[in-house]
Amino acid sequence: MSVIQQSLLRLSKTDSNSPAWLRDIQQRGRSVWGSHHWPTKKTEDWRYTNLSKLEKSDFFAGTHTVENIEVDSQAIKRVVDSAVIPELSACRLVFVDGQYDEGLSDGACPPGLNKVLFSEADSAQVERIQAMLGSVVESGKHLFTSLNELQLNEGLYLGVEKNTAISKALHIVYVSTGSTSSVNQRLLVDMAESSEFTVIEHFVSLNDAGNSFNNGASEFCLAGNAKLTHYRLNLETENSLHVGGVHAALERSAQLSSFYLALGSALKRIDVVVKFLGEGAHADVNGVYLPKNNQHVDFHTNLEHCVPNTTSNEVFRGIIGDTAKAVFNGRIHIYPQAQKTHAQLSNKNLLTSDKAEVNTKPELEIYANDVLCAHGATVAQLNDESMHYLRTRGVSTEEAQVMLSFGFINELIEKLDDQAISDYLRPVIAGLFARDSDLTRHLL
Amino acid sequence: MLEIKNLHASVEEKEILKGLSLQVKPGEVHAIMGPNGSGKSTLGHVLSGRDGYEVSEGSVDYFGKDLFEFETEDRAREGLFLAFQYPVEIPGVSNMEFLKASVDSVREYRGLEAIDSVSFMKLARELCKKVSLDQQFLKRGVNEGFSGGEKKRNEILQMMMLEPKLCILDETDSGLDIDALQVVAEGVNSLRNGERSFIVVTHYQRLLNFIEPDFVHVLANGKIVKSGDKSLALELEAKGYGWLETEVA
Repeated sequence: MSVIQQSLLRLSKTDSNSPAWLRDIQQRGRSVWGSHHWPTKKTEDWRYTNLSKLEKSDFFAGTHTVENIEVDSQAIKRVVDSAVIPELSACRLVFVDGQYDEGLSDGACPPGLNKVLFSEADSAQVERIQAMLGSVVESGKHLFTSLNELQLNEGLYLGVEKNTAISKALHIVYVSTGSTSSVNQRLLVDMAESSEFTVIEHFVSLNDAGNSFNNGASEFCLAGNAKLTHYRLNLETENSLHVGGVHAALERSAQLSSFYLALGSALKRIDVVVKFLGEGAHADVNGVYLPKNNQHVDFHTNLEHCVPNTTSNEVFRGIIGDTAKAVFNGRIHIYPQAQKTHAQLSNKNLLTSDKAEVNTKPELEIYANDVLCAHGATVAQLNDESMHYLRTRGVSTEEAQVMLSFGFINELIEKLDDQAISDYLRPVIAGLFARDSDLTRHLL
Repeated sequence: MLEIKNLHASVEEKEILKGLSLQVKPGEVHAIMGPNGSGKSTLGHVLSGRDGYEVSEGSVDYFGKDLFEFETEDRAREGLFLAFQYPVEIPGVSNMEFLKASVDSVREYRGLEAIDSVSFMKLARELCKKVSLDQQFLKRGVNEGFSGGEKKRNEILQMMMLEPKLCILDETDSGLDIDALQVVAEGVNSLRNGERSFIVVTHYQRLLNFIEPDFVHVLANGKIVKSGDKSLALELEAKGYGWLETEVA
């Protein structure tokens, strides 16, 4: 019996605690999940990412408490404190194992922003959520989104009113404690015309957390001229298992600026989909992945240019160390009618060990004839000339390696829109390249 | 301080230096001139310890020690400085971070006290002024997007900061306009103190109008074929290198 069939048996009943409208979504998820096939090595989308770690435990048997794990509330507080981004003007929402934690959250919700927990939505809000949820993500194409819907009992809706620029960023901290078998995360950002907003999805886990399976889906709906700045920081500890999707739809002249940072973990797979549905829409999709030890990170990005005159710029960089493995698949799909599309994609990888591995694949599907589409992928080691140059200035080989690795990533970090986030990330990143803090002292 | 004896070095099994000998005493300025492909840049690379350059014969004595016993970074810490012909761009690492790392490493090795960040910034700004480099360059990535002249000034800035004992300038004058050339020369001249020595590798006599050498050597086909005082440079400028090759042959 397949993993999916088994899970359906164990999830035989819908969650009776949920409101009726959520049960409808669960039912929808159930039928789609049931129609999927469990990926194997022959499944193109999962060719380089092995899901056997998910098969070994009962991650799909509903969210239930794992025995013998006691959650230390002080430890949760500490990890939330360390997730605070100093100098960032933001309102912080904290979710612990998928459930909103008011005590750990901080700051009043800025005016113009409607923040609604699915479990607390009134009928008008439910109507809006029902209309928008699943309108961008195609759960038929995304296996784990259907499972997310099957298990959906909570989520966060963020609505931004028309012609409104939200003054503060919204910083969502998702804490995984390892005390539940799985964690379901769902975010829906609904931006009305000409609105502006910054959202940070920040994933952390307890140091000694067991390996809960995190299954997340985020949907961004940008109406005409809306502008969203989005960060997704996957900074969980090494043993975490995370599968997530970010799906955005851009109407006329909407602008999305997304930045992804993923540290490695036992299993990490992030799907990024951007659909350009209105002319003049633009997206910057940038990211960094930094697996080391025996970690795994997989980014699958898919930019769907559906209409004429849209532009995208995508830059992903990775440093893969030790025996770690990274996967980058960058698809650009230009529809027949999508003339004058400009799409650029660059993926550069640095391998810092002989046993590190990266599988990078730009995947261009271009059906229009008047487009500008450039792509490039490289895999290299640290540049000898740069190493030599630093050493001729007295810098030790070890420190030079750290400086060059950091510089390779910092090129993207220093371009972030929010200085406070750059400042927060720099030491996190520098610390990854050096086991000895003496080697990073000149970078901070 | 530096004694090179019968140095043979090759790159990818092609011999470039074929028995080069040179002695440099404290405080001296030696100019090395020579036609393209004579091995001028190779000398700098070999002395700095660049990978891919194989020394098959000869020796380099540096203050009584075998230079080749030192790793590249230790040569720098021992006071050897090479100003690159083509300084490398390192985006993502700021010039300031780079300079501080460099100075800290060198001072630590020499047993000197570390300079605190505030004094360091002050020093860096002063030196920027000396080499006519805007302070903004300290914040930018190392040599990132710098013009040719700005890169060379940045090399001189580093040289001033590291207070080396022996400076090798590898065609530092190439691609410089007359103003930048003067800045570079002034930088070098300000470092002359009777102890510090210089090897100035150049194609043209022009730089030597500003940096007056004690000795001029002609490098041809991997060897020094003629040595003299500064008048030799003028003679070369007038006659070219051809006459030397015939004379030596």
